[in-house]
Amino acid sequence: MIRLVPRTEASAFWQIATPVMAVAATMLAGGLLFAIMGYDPVSAIRTIFWDPLFGPAAGYSRPQLLVKAAPLILIASGLAVGFRAGIWNIGAEGQYIIGAITGAAVALAAYPASEMWIFPAMVIAGALGGWAWGMIPALLRNWFGASEILVSLMLVYVAQRIAAWMAFGPMKNPEGFGMPGSRNLQQYPAASNPELIAGTGAHWGVVAAVITVLAIWFLMSRHIRGFHIRAAGTAPRAARFAGVKPQTLVAFCLGLSGALAGMAGLFEVAGPAGQITDKVGVGYGFTAIIVAFLGRLHPVGILLAGLLLALTYIGGELAQLTLNLPAATVQVFQGMLLFFLLGFDLLTRYRITRRVTA
Amino acid sequence: MIDPIALFLLLLSASTPILFAALGELVVERAGVLNLGVEGMMIVGALSGFATAYYSGNAFLGFAVAALAGALVALPFAILTQFLMSNQVASGLALTLFGLGLAALFGKPVEGVKAPSMAAGPLGLNWIVWLGLAMVPAIWWFLNRSRTGLILRGVGENHDAAHALGYDVRRVRIAAIAFGGAMAGIGGAFISVATVLQWTEGMTAGAGWIALAIVVFSNWTAVGVLAGAWLFGGVTVLQLRLQAAGVRVPVQLLSMAPYLATIIVLVAISARQKFSRRAGGAAPGSLGQDFHALR
Repeated sequence: MIRLVPRTEASAFWQIATPVMAVAATMLAGGLLFAIMGYDPVSAIRTIFWDPLFGPAAGYSRPQLLVKAAPLILIASGLAVGFRAGIWNIGAEGQYIIGAITGAAVALAAYPASEMWIFPAMVIAGALGGWAWGMIPALLRNWFGASEILVSLMLVYVAQRIAAWMAFGPMKNPEGFGMPGSRNLQQYPAASNPELIAGTGAHWGVVAAVITVLAIWFLMSRHIRGFHIRAAGTAPRAARFAGVKPQTLVAFCLGLSGALAGMAGLFEVAGPAGQITDKVGVGYGFTAIIVAFLGRLHPVGILLAGLLLALTYIGGELAQLTLNLPAATVQVFQGMLLFFLLGFDLLTRYRITRRVTA
Repeated sequence: MIDPIALFLLLLSASTPILFAALGELVVERAGVLNLGVEGMMIVGALSGFATAYYSGNAFLGFAVAALAGALVALPFAILTQFLMSNQVASGLALTLFGLGLAALFGKPVEGVKAPSMAAGPLGLNWIVWLGLAMVPAIWWFLNRSRTGLILRGVGENHDAAHALGYDVRRVRIAAIAFGGAMAGIGGAFISVATVLQWTEGMTAGAGWIALAIVVFSNWTAVGVLAGAWLFGGVTVLQLRLQAAGVRVPVQLLSMAPYLATIIVLVAISARQKFSRRAGGAAPGSLGQDFHALR
């Protein structure tokens, strides 16, 4: 008989090994899925994981890696802080949408001015918008004990409808010939978030993502607040005796992850997306949850996981073009990845031994 | 003039998907498991039910297959949480993301086709609406009057004690998770097969999450779930009525109503539970906790 013995401390080796195993298992299971659907599994996997970086069209797809990874890393870094403390913000998608809207609102209000302050003001407005949207579940949990999981998630649907309303109503481009959607910020230099170094895909969001990874690393491993967060997650009672206020942590974690998600939304709407439409939210907020877990809630891990998940997005688009694979394939891949990761996680928390007859 | 009886019948239909999903989740949570995958199981039910109904021409067969598919797709969640001791919140989220992807992937062939018509039951209501209403007393009886229900509640209230008494905690919980999946599957199929009559990606639109909120609202009782589902159904019908009546409020803002109502209700009920004597209301004692038998 096999027996599980809980480890007193998570295994450092398995913490790094299990994400790698999960990716390998996802490729295997994905290949199986492709074979069932009647595609060549080897070429499908190669198209998704290899060709975007080293294939014939890599020159076009490689810059996309940073474009797609930046929002994932920004959002996941914030989410991971909360997840460490057992605070579940799963409404980052909504905070992302609201950040995009509030940030774009500054640009649209300033149009056609060309002052230097416009773009920084947009970033601040985006972060504030996301922060405010994240504070709603935080305050409702602190005041009334309402589940932040359900409230933050419900607010995603509300945010999507606000975006649709904006695109068809208040933010509609007056020179857009009646088409829904705001002015395109890519064509408004003072407000746009362009590629900083040609051919890399790096825009201001990429810069912000790198700074965020460093800042979160500092917060979690060097700052007292990070210690409190880790303590609250592993031993809530002990943390309370040590003077950690749970309510402060709830507000801090939801506010921080909301602000980062809002910033991600702004960088996207001012850059790659260009305008507010009813489809501003493209699912980064949900994929970032997978990034946070795959990265082991650690800033460096999140950096790598964000790049990998960005790769699956680009690979998925490539597979759609070349192999005619449905777009939803990537979603299934991401879901499977999280399943495998959670399953293999057993190895970090338990030791598997043979049962000894007592 | 609005006929109140016709409006009530509309409400019954509108609340059915949520009623099924929430009743299923109620049983799961009473067994001590928090499954956040309701949305994923619903969408898988919506697709499999619709595809079966379309290809076989029999809508009722569609509901049977939807129940089966909902239970099957919940299986990875059951394995993860019951055997691999994975965090229930994360595993449930994974189930939702996986289910949404799976349904989008396999739903392409039936996009744009129409569901077969169903024979209506009494009062012109769909038979599934009646089945949902019948499930309320059935689940109440099961939880409060049957021996199996007593064991299930015991497992949910204190899994260590139930284990010490010799009950198989895992088996009870896996059965509950499968049942929850089947109910969510039927609820999802009701949207595609009986309401919209079409398949579109992401068509459950958060109904699974609303069902989760309604379980909290119900204070973990079957009658409470019915009240919650009706409240939600009422808001939905009212919102659609206002849209149809041409109220001068943008459609997008009116369609927020069900989600905002869910938040308001959740806050009100959480506040009552928070400030009442028994913290956490009637939430099962072992809800959301891992069970690892050391002996």
